[in-house]
Amino acid sequence: MRIRSLFERKRQQGRPALIAYLTAGDPTPEHTPRLAAALERGGVDLIELGVPFSDPIADGPVIQAASERSLAAGTTLPLVLEMAEEIRKHSEIPLLLFSYLNPVLRYGSAALARDAKKSGIDGVLLTDLSVEEAGSLAPEMRRAGLDTVFLASPTSPPRRLALVAEHSSGFVYLVSRTGVTGERESLSESIHELVASLRKITTLPLAVGFGISTPEQVAKVGALADGVVVGSAFVRLVERYASSSDLEGKLETFARSLSSAMPVRAGVPK
Amino acid sequence: MIALPDARGHFGEFGGRYVPETLMAPLEEIEQAYEQARADESFQRELKALLANYAGRPTPLFYAQRLSESLGGAKIYFKREDLLHTGAHKINNCLGQALLARRMGKRRIIAETGAGQHGVATATVCALFGLECVVYMGEEDMRRQRLNVFRMRMLGARVVGVASGSRTLKDAISEAMRDWVTNVSTTYYLLGSALGAHPYPLIVRDFHRCIGEEAREQILQSEGRLPDAVYACVGGGSNAIGIFHAFIPDSGVKLVGVEAGGKGRRLGEHAARFAGGSPGVLHGAYSYLLQDEDGQVSLTHSVSAGLDYALVGPEHAWLHQQRRAEYTSATDEEALEAARTLARLEGMIPALESAHAVAEAIKRAPKAKGELFLVNLSGRGDKDIDIYRENFPELDAQGSDYAHSFAV
Repeated sequence: MRIRSLFERKRQQGRPALIAYLTAGDPTPEHTPRLAAALERGGVDLIELGVPFSDPIADGPVIQAASERSLAAGTTLPLVLEMAEEIRKHSEIPLLLFSYLNPVLRYGSAALARDAKKSGIDGVLLTDLSVEEAGSLAPEMRRAGLDTVFLASPTSPPRRLALVAEHSSGFVYLVSRTGVTGERESLSESIHELVASLRKITTLPLAVGFGISTPEQVAKVGALADGVVVGSAFVRLVERYASSSDLEGKLETFARSLSSAMPVRAGVPK
Repeated sequence: MIALPDARGHFGEFGGRYVPETLMAPLEEIEQAYEQARADESFQRELKALLANYAGRPTPLFYAQRLSESLGGAKIYFKREDLLHTGAHKINNCLGQALLARRMGKRRIIAETGAGQHGVATATVCALFGLECVVYMGEEDMRRQRLNVFRMRMLGARVVGVASGSRTLKDAISEAMRDWVTNVSTTYYLLGSALGAHPYPLIVRDFHRCIGEEAREQILQSEGRLPDAVYACVGGGSNAIGIFHAFIPDSGVKLVGVEAGGKGRRLGEHAARFAGGSPGVLHGAYSYLLQDEDGQVSLTHSVSAGLDYALVGPEHAWLHQQRRAEYTSATDEEALEAARTLARLEGMIPALESAHAVAEAIKRAPKAKGELFLVNLSGRGDKDIDIYRENFPELDAQGSDYAHSFAV
């Protein structure tokens, strides 16, 4: 419910949500709750907790390296749930578990649905789980009270967009362009078209991610979407300042530069 | 048995299409293009002509008399895929998929390679059809299969080294998938084994089915009956599914897949997915996977780069579950020894991958008097000479050998 109320509140304020991705356990599991708090202070509205995976096929070099650091520090899915629990002790910020499918299968999807909910997780996005294969898994998550967020892509034809919208709850995550995660200098034009196509078929909030890393880009994407996701740019800061005592300050400052760039606009039509 | 995979690419619970949304529509396009090509006589005619005149099909079936007699048991026949152009069965699939890519209007081909055989076959067909070719290869594999790296470059391909993870086949596939997801509108991913998301396991199998179809006919001709057992090595499993497939309805024919037993039984020391793995998802398919208790994909080891992969092709998982095929493993040492035996007794130096199948046949033949064994000799050993040299230093001595052997 936290995800739905966030977007409802944001809609009333006429401001899109700022969504940040962190690879959980990067550089160590102990860091993550503190980094999440710093992001929240900087104006982040929702945090995606990335579960590190050995073979992250959808990720560019920055998040690949973060996964390696996190795995080397001993991160496991149960530990990520503990991090969520720790964050939840002090905060009501919505948390989306962002994972490749295999760690979830290994944990057991029913067990994960139950334990994630208990840990304060609000929703789940599984990068390599297509709607076709979501079978019993997505309903299982929703029955446990978790939102299921699926990806929509510029390559998705209308028929697939309808499937994605049908299986999603909370919001739909729009991939801004074909390719892996990572910062890009220019934004893809295809995003306008994708947002427009999805608006026709769903009332769910639309968040746009992949390749967004600067306040200018946030402002641009915020003008048309209900949420803007920034991932690799945060992860790069974690990499760069991992051993600095000011890592939290750096994240907070950068988050603030993004959240203050978020445009104010008329309420998003329901 | 019903025809598999089903419409959504499942072999029972295995297979499927587990990829990010960006790749879903492109996979659907390949599936549709393939269905059309499969039914198109001119496509089939062109492929058949290329297989005959360019690749060298049909390949012979050879009775290994000296090997069989030395073991004193089963009669062992080899299906000589090693005699094909480029040195392995891989060319069957590459010709088929390159024709498909051309039909789809894609001019840029990417591929992954482990041992380099699929990379060489891909580079070869790209040269033949005038297509751009990029091959991803783990840095560890580039080191141990240097000759094939050179061959690919000589054929006009670019070989991109992959430095992540174990720097082997698994990482090369990940990197090829990242390239594909980025350049999907211009690029065709020519996957080299019966792996990955639907429709790849189906397409790759279909293009290798000729191996078993020919072999079945050939052995009926020479022996008047079907073999008792068919042996093939299993990495992703393309040569194995290629030779098994025609025999699946023949319930009296035992199908034996041989995985890489590596150098030990602990996780990380082998690539025996059925012995040490459990079902999971990697690179688009649900199948038997070597993974740790947290669902992270394990490192694997095999002396043969082509078998050094954590997931087995999904149709093999199905055949295993149905108990239609049996899966076992041969160690590095057994494969090396089998290669030496085959070289000495039959004058054939096998690829290290194929040597695993040879090893299993050698192991079982003595207790199988009166039986007929069919072994898929999926590739030849030219590419492995450096590894054989490392492992048989006594054959690599400086200086001249004696011209005569002396009785002691």
